[in-house]
Amino acid sequence: MSVLLALDIGLALLVFAVAARTVFARGAFEAVVDYVAYGLLLSIVWVRLFAVDVALTEAAIGGGVTGVLLVGAAARLRGAETVAAEESPSASLRVVAACLCLLVTAVLAGVVLLLPYPGPTLAPESARHLAETGLGNPVTAVLIAYRGIDTMLEKVVLVLAVVGVWSLAPDRFWGGAPGEARAAQPEPTLAFLAQVLPPIGILVGVHVFWAGADEPGGAFQGGAILAAMWMILMMARLTEAPPISALWLRLLLVAGPVVFLAAGVAGAVIAGGFFAYPPGLAKPLILFIETFMTLTIAVTLPILVAGPPRREPVE
Amino acid sequence: MISATQAGLIGAALVGLGLYGLITNPQPLRKILAFNLIGSGVFLMFGIIARKGAAAGFPADPVPQAMVITGIVVAFAASALAIALVLRLYEETGRVTLRPDAWTKPPSDGAGSE
Amino acid sequence: MIAGASADAATAGGGLLALPILLPVAGVLLSFLLGGRQAERIALVLAPVQLGIAIAIAALVWGSGRPVVYILGGFAPPLGIALRADGFSAVMLVTATLLMPAAQLFARASFATPRGTEKRAPFAFWTLLQAIQAALGIVFLGGDLFNLYVALELLTFAAVPLVCLDGRPETLAAALRYLLFALFGSVFYLLGAALLYGAYGTLDIILLSDRIRAEPAVWVAAGLMTAGLLAKTALFPLHLWLPPAHANAPAAASAILSGLVVKGSFVLIVRLWFNVLPALPSAIPGAILAALGSAAILAGSVLALRQERLKLLIAYSTVAQIGYLFLMFPLASGPWAADAWSGGVMQAISHAFAKAAMFLSAGLVAESLGHDRIRGLGGAGRAMPVTFFALGLGGLSLMGLPPSGGFAAKWLLMVATIEAGQWLWAIVILAGGLLAAGYLYRILAPALFGDSLPLEKPPQRSREVVALALALVAVLLAFAPHAFFVFLQIGRPAAMAALR
Repeated sequence: MSVLLALDIGLALLVFAVAARTVFARGAFEAVVDYVAYGLLLSIVWVRLFAVDVALTEAAIGGGVTGVLLVGAAARLRGAETVAAEESPSASLRVVAACLCLLVTAVLAGVVLLLPYPGPTLAPESARHLAETGLGNPVTAVLIAYRGIDTMLEKVVLVLAVVGVWSLAPDRFWGGAPGEARAAQPEPTLAFLAQVLPPIGILVGVHVFWAGADEPGGAFQGGAILAAMWMILMMARLTEAPPISALWLRLLLVAGPVVFLAAGVAGAVIAGGFFAYPPGLAKPLILFIETFMTLTIAVTLPILVAGPPRREPVE
Repeated sequence: MISATQAGLIGAALVGLGLYGLITNPQPLRKILAFNLIGSGVFLMFGIIARKGAAAGFPADPVPQAMVITGIVVAFAASALAIALVLRLYEETGRVTLRPDAWTKPPSDGAGSE
Repeated sequence: MIAGASADAATAGGGLLALPILLPVAGVLLSFLLGGRQAERIALVLAPVQLGIAIAIAALVWGSGRPVVYILGGFAPPLGIALRADGFSAVMLVTATLLMPAAQLFARASFATPRGTEKRAPFAFWTLLQAIQAALGIVFLGGDLFNLYVALELLTFAAVPLVCLDGRPETLAAALRYLLFALFGSVFYLLGAALLYGAYGTLDIILLSDRIRAEPAVWVAAGLMTAGLLAKTALFPLHLWLPPAHANAPAAASAILSGLVVKGSFVLIVRLWFNVLPALPSAIPGAILAALGSAAILAGSVLALRQERLKLLIAYSTVAQIGYLFLMFPLASGPWAADAWSGGVMQAISHAFAKAAMFLSAGLVAESLGHDRIRGLGGAGRAMPVTFFALGLGGLSLMGLPPSGGFAAKWLLMVATIEAGQWLWAIVILAGGLLAAGYLYRILAPALFGDSLPLEKPPQRSREVVALALALVAVLLAFAPHAFFVFLQIGRPAAMAALR
């Protein structure tokens, strides 16, 4: 046990150190790079907590896709650094903030240590109903079956984020495409990676999604991997983001929540309640919903990273 | 449960660290980073609660895990929206600041009309 | 407290409770997909349907005399999620489904979708407005704290882009601040919820109310969640984001933001303290909340007095009026609790209608005069009598003059504070009324006197009528029958306990 203990303590200290670098770094770009490293370390912490689904999600979305978003932003905002320097807070504000934050940390740590162990848990309940859903992965069961409406609403939140991001475009660009246009001569290294990685990535992504019914994995994790593959292609400028008025794009962006909503409403008719699943049909129906959710995630994440349209629409 | 307790302590430390970053960093991009730190700290708290709820053959309670997954996705969407706002503000004006008086227009023009 | 088992049993006809959520969600998704003119059409068609559903839910609650419960997916809490409608939820839902179509009708002139290609602002406007309706549906009916977290995020994502819809730098900055405050609120709300789950193994509101005891974890969770929700409700001193955000948004959006969106997080604070945490001794937290509320009333009103722009004045007035809502917290237990509860709810509703009327009128003023400077309003009242009448009627409710819903609300709160012997709040209510009269006088007096101003563009009569109708509703709330107040008590925990 002592090796694992040393690993855990070392990991905890490392995570804290990298997070501290993120907060105290001088430049925004350094802070962002530290944050990406932090995200990856965090996913290892999640594995140590035996929450592998979460570890996958943190690595893919928390560290990976958020990292791309932040790195891109930091690169574009380099010019804003010097202007903001004059607003640095005074030393007294820093001291007050530090005391407040130490207090918050201490209180939270105290509460954490006082939490009961073994704690109250819904694991037995989840296990009891798992057979009805036909799934083997309880986290997927919670996401799609027991608390399905939360997941459906979260997909709607993603759609809203897309609307919000798109609405920030100047009027003249509406209907155009975000991101950069295809490059006539893409940069060779990026182009090579973008040709080698996607086929593997797509296979891995589909597998992670499909296996999520019984093993750790699922729509979010698989969809994020697929999203990453599309993002690599766009970053290498081998392909460009579609115009936002494209019907197929809109269809893919809402396919997940629409199918989930339709299944939920159908549940009222065929299974006695909204978001209920008919016995026997639960697993196929869940996989059906998850398929479209994966597609939507795979399309939504790169679109959110690409940002508002930046080119005029072509007619 | 050593790893669970450690993760909880780290979670508490991250919340404090992130809060400090939020209060003291004037740049919006750094504030967004700080939010992500606080968020991941909160998720770690869920994580230790999940680990402490290991039962029925599962190594961790699945319900908090599902909540964290939902939370990670929502946090990403929030970051995307916030970043888009920051970038747009920068493109429009060449600077990014949250100071309220930076944008006051003189009252003699049609401010507020639409 | 109602026994956990009977409170969770689904009530007949409870499926209706899912519709205020699912229908607007369907509208949002369809609007996004079809875009263009369809978004506007879908929004306008669904709005009266949603009003009908809200009224049906109110009738269901009234008929059963107890909260209506619906369990989603067939999995009962603690594993699954329940929806719950009590008198408060039903009334807020009806208010929201009344304000939405009004704001939509008003906005048709500004956000009409032209034939042909889709335009940015109308598409975003109609989609986001429906999303607000969906989010409010969950906020009012949700029975699970994590479900309510998702609702809060939905509400924020729908509201923030509305603030910066016109793309000006100051609106972008205001939207960014709003988003940052809102994210701060959500993340600390979630942290508190995590602690509650860690202590009790459930996030269902009724189950928590049965299990919660006064422990350190609960106090910390309560503090964190309340702090987060106060940031979203813009209670002093976390109100800094609200005035620029609400003042610079398009008029119809401001009406919804001030009238409904800030009330969403307020409803959650009420749910938290009245439904989840009544086992905690609430004298001190209640007093703290009321103290902050009083500070909001005084500071907000004083700042409103000093504003130069009409919309900013109205936005600071929102900051002040939100303060009244928090005076109900120290009065939560005792024979005066029913009055305090009714007063708080009435304040939430009447403020929603009155403030919406004022923002819509201010929007008309700004369009017709080309500006919204208060100094330049001389004589505008003669040129736009209906608009200023609506403004004045809304102001009547804010001041708390009879007859108006605002008067009824403040009267109930005063009666409760005096019965409870907590005189301080009564003085604050009176002071707030006087200050409100002051800033309303500032805008109405020059407008009504002086020579009639030439208008760049006379306001459209139908839009004036919408604003006037909302103001009239705020006034007519004063004549709410006794049955209305009985209805409000349905589901209030102390009231239900007394029924046993």
